[in-house]
Amino acid sequence: MAELLQRTIDGICDGSAYALVGLGLALSFGILKRLNLAYGATAMLAAYIGAWLYRKYSAPIWLVGIVIVTATIIIGRYVEWLCFSQNSSDLNHQRNSIPIAGRDGREVIALASSFALWMQLEQLAIHILPRHLNVFPSLAFREEWAMGALVLRPDRLVLLMLALIFTFALHGYLQRSKIGLAWRACSDQRVAAHLTGIRVERMYGFAFALASALSGVAAFAILSLDGQVTPMFGMWVLLKGLTAAMLGGIGSVRGVFFGGLLLGVVEAHVQALLGPLWREFAVYLLLFIALVFPWRPYGAKQSFA
Amino acid sequence: MEPSNLLLETIMPQAQLIGVFSDIAIMSLLALSAYMMLLIGRISFGQQAFFGLGAYASAVSSAMLGLPLLVALLIGVLVGAIVSLLIAAPTMRLSGLHYAVATLAFGEMTRIALGAWHWQINTNDSAVGPAGLDGFRDIRWLLTNDVSDLAYLAIACAMLLLVLLAMFLLEKRRFGIALRMIGHDDTLAMTKGFPIQRLRISAAAIAGGLAGLSGGLYAHRTTYIETSLFDPMLGVHAVGYALIGGLGSPLGPMLGVSFDLGLLEASSLFAGWRMVVFGGLVAIFLRWRPRGILDEATVHRQKNYWTKRHASR
Repeated sequence: MAELLQRTIDGICDGSAYALVGLGLALSFGILKRLNLAYGATAMLAAYIGAWLYRKYSAPIWLVGIVIVTATIIIGRYVEWLCFSQNSSDLNHQRNSIPIAGRDGREVIALASSFALWMQLEQLAIHILPRHLNVFPSLAFREEWAMGALVLRPDRLVLLMLALIFTFALHGYLQRSKIGLAWRACSDQRVAAHLTGIRVERMYGFAFALASALSGVAAFAILSLDGQVTPMFGMWVLLKGLTAAMLGGIGSVRGVFFGGLLLGVVEAHVQALLGPLWREFAVYLLLFIALVFPWRPYGAKQSFA
Repeated sequence: MEPSNLLLETIMPQAQLIGVFSDIAIMSLLALSAYMMLLIGRISFGQQAFFGLGAYASAVSSAMLGLPLLVALLIGVLVGAIVSLLIAAPTMRLSGLHYAVATLAFGEMTRIALGAWHWQINTNDSAVGPAGLDGFRDIRWLLTNDVSDLAYLAIACAMLLLVLLAMFLLEKRRFGIALRMIGHDDTLAMTKGFPIQRLRISAAAIAGGLAGLSGGLYAHRTTYIETSLFDPMLGVHAVGYALIGGLGSPLGPMLGVSFDLGLLEASSLFAGWRMVVFGGLVAIFLRWRPRGILDEATVHRQKNYWTKRHASR
């Protein structure tokens, strides 16, 4: 029983990392209605730049953090320019240049080109630091709190706290601030938002930049607790974030948090029961199920919240 | 040695040349599979799963069950097509965005499940069969039956030509036209009374079969397969080939493959930077020429040009 509880707690701690990386994805999907598959690679390339600075010039950790967040915003800008900007610029839906038809043809094309950029950014990162394991400035503390039979890692709890704070801050910002209102308007009715004088393009750009910056913050928090970064990081960020966002009913900020926790708990138990290979399988299975049988824990409304 | 031969030898040794052409033929089949999905207006990031399933199925048939090559390839095709059909049935009703991610998830599920598959039997002196993450070694049908590399290239090219011929014929028929119509405007196709879900699912089955054929040919060429080959990058490459080459004609995907494998990889012009160039190219094409080099308008113009000139003579 204690073991089961311990595993669940570990799962929740892992899951908060997933929620943290899922936030940016859910934000950009909720507002732009487009899925950015280069999201993980963006975070990875930025983290590699940070790790490179640390190795070459032994830059202080706060500088590494700032560089990573700035780099994600710049790289995100590049991704947006190449994959997302032209597609969203025409409000009157000209049909002549759509490569893929259907209700969401443009979204699918944006998805495909962001996937192509994923390969590009990942390769660039590997050119910066070709080794498989790269040192990242570490903030981890190895202390452990014992509570009866249970063990708590305080640095994991920091991640949980961060995920909670970011989720509620973002939710509050969307609901209370003027920009949040504009974002929700753009998400619901782009043309109507345009007619009321909201500068839709600028709102999209800002949302995308914020989402990229969030991925930078998440990457910095997770990697500095890990003390290392590998080429698998880009895939990891995208996959866990996407699954967390999909499980939470994509397009809902609070949903991402619970989606991340659910994913973490399921993973922890599957790993204990069936081994690490099936842990990976479980992630994809959850993602697949969440896609084929979509559910929205926050009601059936389409609007972003 | 003839001068032209000498020239070729200086560019590339003959064995390597045969290898490059075999790769192009095999990858063209996978790219045609991605093309088939793009034709009906869906992007699939999971065609590598059917490639992997086809490779494993045909390898099991020839190396473990002792079936001849063509039967083994046929089994690969069938396995790819049937699994693709079963997966398309629930996923095809999703929106394009969700479909793309669902196929990606399915591709990875297949890869992991194949990596957990242990089933070995003893033939002659050694154990043969899928051995989990160690892969499937000794698919030796070509060696035991004394098929040379050149002969195998001929087999692969014959398969590719057959598929191309079938696709050209298909595009002329009602079925092919309906598929293209769904890809351009599914609402219009629906109002015309086409059963678009059923047509899409059958197209997905054909695409799965093509990927399975490609996988079977690949497995016999390399004699060794492992699951890490079937990662999403393979599927993305296939989609990229079709998108760069063009969606106007089945020759488009081949053009894309020849460009990447024949020019970028074989010439090692961008050694190490190939993914950077290729990824950027796909994104640039999608933005500025979204239906590829050989898009419908170009194909139409070329066809008109050549038929007119032919008529005037």
